[in-house]
Amino acid sequence: MSIRHGLLALLERGQMYGYQLRAAFEESTGSTWPLNIGQVYTTLSRLERDGLVRPLPESEAGQRPYEITDAGRADLALWFATPISRTDRPRDELAIKLALALTTPGVDVRSVVQAQRSATMRALQELTRLKYGTNRPEDLPWRLVLDSMVFQAEAEVRWLDHCETSLVRHQPSGPAPPAPRPDDADARDAARWTGEEARR
Amino acid sequence: MSGSDDAVLELRAVHRTHGAGPAAVHALRGVSLVVRPGELVAVMGPSGSGKSTLLALAGGLDRPTGGEVRVEGQPLGALDRRGLAQLRRRRIGYIFQQLNLLGSLSALENVALPLELDGTSGRRARALAMAALTEVGLPALGDRFPDQLSGGQQQRVAIARALVGERRLVLADEPTGALDSQTGEAVLHLLRRRIDAGAAGVLVTHEARHAGWADRVVFLRDGVLVDTTAPLGSVEQLLSGSDR
Repeated sequence: MSIRHGLLALLERGQMYGYQLRAAFEESTGSTWPLNIGQVYTTLSRLERDGLVRPLPESEAGQRPYEITDAGRADLALWFATPISRTDRPRDELAIKLALALTTPGVDVRSVVQAQRSATMRALQELTRLKYGTNRPEDLPWRLVLDSMVFQAEAEVRWLDHCETSLVRHQPSGPAPPAPRPDDADARDAARWTGEEARR
Repeated sequence: MSGSDDAVLELRAVHRTHGAGPAAVHALRGVSLVVRPGELVAVMGPSGSGKSTLLALAGGLDRPTGGEVRVEGQPLGALDRRGLAQLRRRRIGYIFQQLNLLGSLSALENVALPLELDGTSGRRARALAMAALTEVGLPALGDRFPDQLSGGQQQRVAIARALVGERRLVLADEPTGALDSQTGEAVLHLLRRRIDAGAAGVLVTHEARHAGWADRVVFLRDGVLVDTTAPLGSVEQLLSGSDR
């Protein structure tokens, strides 16, 4: 999610100035996504540049509220209507780490899996405890955010369980393949490609 | 692990071997675990890692081949069959995936049954059963029979039966079974509340989301406890992120 759409959604409730936006953002995400005020103002100025919000006259206290424009409303509606693509998310460092652990000599992959499972499990306990304390109707937005994190952590533990089962069945076929030598065809291709890249 | 005066459940270097010789199956190999009042411990591990064996030993449903199991300081090995049965009825509550509700008894009668078997007068047993049904949110459904209740309601009755009276140790094996996620969560909420009121609990599960309700998660692999999660901070610490 972008902070941009978060701020637009908050301004759809009514005009707000920077500090109000920051407080409302943190409130609606249960402080799971802390923002600094600099991020809020940078984002507001980009939204203004793109015509999605407009500044209003300063208050007597020197605070400048912003309001959402029609173009901003259209942009926000499109965001709500469009599913988040998985390819937009950053690559999963954990998956890469495990893949490398499997092919790196001297690494006990099961220990790597267990250390991660224990840490993720603890995070899940923390999230559950936070959730346990939220029973008021007005806590629902926060509970939804917490639930999302709970289910993600659960999915990670399930995936780690799956990895462990695969590891038990895995019969290593000998040492991992050596690093490509310069006379390998692939390496030649890579060198050629790199050369072409350098010429561009 | 040293002994603990206030432990509700204590496993000391417990072994459980099935069979003998080369065909022997070592279900548990030297497991030690202490569960104190107000503490819920989740046990996780792959199929065949010894989770259910651990629970059966903790509840006196099975006997270890080595080591010792104590409930409220009482070594289970020192009890005869009758003493063990009495302890199980009075002090230990079981919640299984199979609910084992008796179809010919009403919800209230199902919950009161373990107390009546233990010699509690019918009237007192019913009063305690009604209190337990109220605790699980079903005070109005006491006269319904199991087949007149939804799956979630039946599970609540089974939980009321496990919590009725003064059970100090609650043992749960995949207690949410096939319930949908909201109903399953309500079941864990009930369990958590009883633990917070001073009971001790062991929850065997392969669902990480359910284990998340525990104060501590231990991991079993091939009959050995291989790992445990670090203790949690207070909610205030969690909110401020200061325990990280």
